[in-house]
Amino acid sequence: MTTITKGRKTIPPWMGPPSVGVRAVKGLVIALIVITMIYPLVYVIAMSFAAPSQARAGVVFPTEFSLDAYRAIFNGGTVTQGLQNSLFITVVGTLLSLAATSMLAWGLVRTRQVPGAKFVLVMILATMFFSAGIIPNFMLVKYLGLLDSTWSLIVPGLISAFNMIVIRNFFQGLPEELIEAARIDGAGEWRIFLRIVLPLSKPVLAVMGLFYAVGYWNTYFNALLYINDSEKWPIQVVLQQYVLAGVQIPGAIVSPDQPPPPGVTLQMAVIVLATVPILVVYPFLQRYFTSGVLTGAIKG
Amino acid sequence: MSVNIAARPEARTQRASGPASSRKPKTSLRQRIWRERWAYTFIVPGALFFLVFAYVPMLGNVIAFQQYSPFRGFAGSPFVGFANFTVLFEDPAVLNALENTLIIAVLQLLFAFPAPIALALLLNSLLSDRVKRMVQTVVYLPYFLSWVIVISVWQQVLGGGGLVAGLLDGWGVSGFDAMTNADTFKLLVVAQVVWKDCGWGTIIFFAAIAGIPNDRYEAAAIDGATPWQRTWHITLPALVPVATLLLILNIGSILTVGFEQLLLQQPMVGAEASEVLDTFVYFRGVLGGQWGIATAAGLLKGVIGTILVLAANRFAKRLGGEGIF
Repeated sequence: MTTITKGRKTIPPWMGPPSVGVRAVKGLVIALIVITMIYPLVYVIAMSFAAPSQARAGVVFPTEFSLDAYRAIFNGGTVTQGLQNSLFITVVGTLLSLAATSMLAWGLVRTRQVPGAKFVLVMILATMFFSAGIIPNFMLVKYLGLLDSTWSLIVPGLISAFNMIVIRNFFQGLPEELIEAARIDGAGEWRIFLRIVLPLSKPVLAVMGLFYAVGYWNTYFNALLYINDSEKWPIQVVLQQYVLAGVQIPGAIVSPDQPPPPGVTLQMAVIVLATVPILVVYPFLQRYFTSGVLTGAIKG
Repeated sequence: MSVNIAARPEARTQRASGPASSRKPKTSLRQRIWRERWAYTFIVPGALFFLVFAYVPMLGNVIAFQQYSPFRGFAGSPFVGFANFTVLFEDPAVLNALENTLIIAVLQLLFAFPAPIALALLLNSLLSDRVKRMVQTVVYLPYFLSWVIVISVWQQVLGGGGLVAGLLDGWGVSGFDAMTNADTFKLLVVAQVVWKDCGWGTIIFFAAIAGIPNDRYEAAAIDGATPWQRTWHITLPALVPVATLLLILNIGSILTVGFEQLLLQQPMVGAEASEVLDTFVYFRGVLGGQWGIATAAGLLKGVIGTILVLAANRFAKRLGGEGIF
């Protein structure tokens, strides 16, 4: 097929060049959408670094900057504690979730041969369509003695049925000959799983790991429900307290002889600190969006 | 499941019991279980997890039929039949919560549901792949932010003393605060959902668009179809199966509207505008201690949701489309 090459994109001849008017309208709409999506975040980040005078006056974009808000927050301790708690939940939770999910997925790959596996799979799929409700879940966590424990934010959501299905789909696509060969060579099933299956599945494990991590980092309601002790709050609850509920950040002073930074910059800085880890992993996540790992799973 | 996986046990049986004469190995259930014993070491822990954390809580719904008190527990609390449900139907707060839930759900079906389709079509019509990818990078991002962050950011932009209020102040319009206006709150909720999830929602439609064979467009163009006609008659019909699937799932969750989103904003606009069924359950049960009534509300909501999914699924099949199960 002959194609006209224009810029970086090849246009098939039947498509014809788009008219200037259509392109202008499209460009305008796209620009508006992009600004609506990104400007609020840019504004919050910029204002968290704004100098006190500008923050108090309120500007569209600050021109004088200061790190006082961050200094004050790291002096206070509450936010730092929240960040530490969230970091623990995210790292430990993600590792445990990945281990538990991939194990279960590998066990459920051969539903034909393993008696009962099909039944287990159907029962797990069914959980995607109903949930017991807030109060029964709360009761269960209470009965297990997990109230006011960090583990209450990890254990009840350890395996996501959806993520398990995605990983299982990937396992099903692994080259059968390789696994069979290892089996004939006398490798045990655990050895096959750890030495062959998992290393071959790095892409899907990376994506699912990042999704689990984002989920753990964003934990809010479960913490509100299960954790009373403010020492154990994850950063999302801390953020809600200081930004939405308007509680003053205790001890938020840079030094005794200086007035504390304005509340607005402090709030913005807390938002930024709660968002930064997501922004850091986002480029890695983004690489897989188009690879079809996820869309394939949704279809299957 | 692929064919070569199915062929595997035969090979193993041959090794175990000499040449097999039939295609189906004659092994008892017990033998099959013993042969696959390793598989259970992988399955059992995960299965137990789902049993404990998905199925056991279902039993907790007996509270809905009890005058439950935490001190007496499940066994000691007296059963009251459907009394909790009767109380629910007579409570004006429930009616208010139900009304809010349904209004928000309908607004979301009207605006938040078609938004990703429109955005996917728009992005798909872009000729430059580089621009398309850049826009995608931006619009996917909010999906990964928590509701606490999203609402905090919106507060800083649209709230009292926020960016927009500051700008309007400069032009002589004072007192702008979109975050605490109870009258427009439901539209605000939908706008937030569109902002957060619309971009991410396009992914599944992009997958459907990618599956359309290119020669269909080419044939249509040769026959004189304009770009609009090609979109209307080729692209949109290809999106119908995916849209149906999403619609069925959406209808099933019609009584579940953004729980964290509404819970977080309730202090700003008051319960009358923002109470939905889930927040009602939380405030009445966990905070108010009326466990029986709150659980009854949650259970009723769950049952209606399941019935709606099944009904929508059957309806989609009757219309000649594909259901989800």
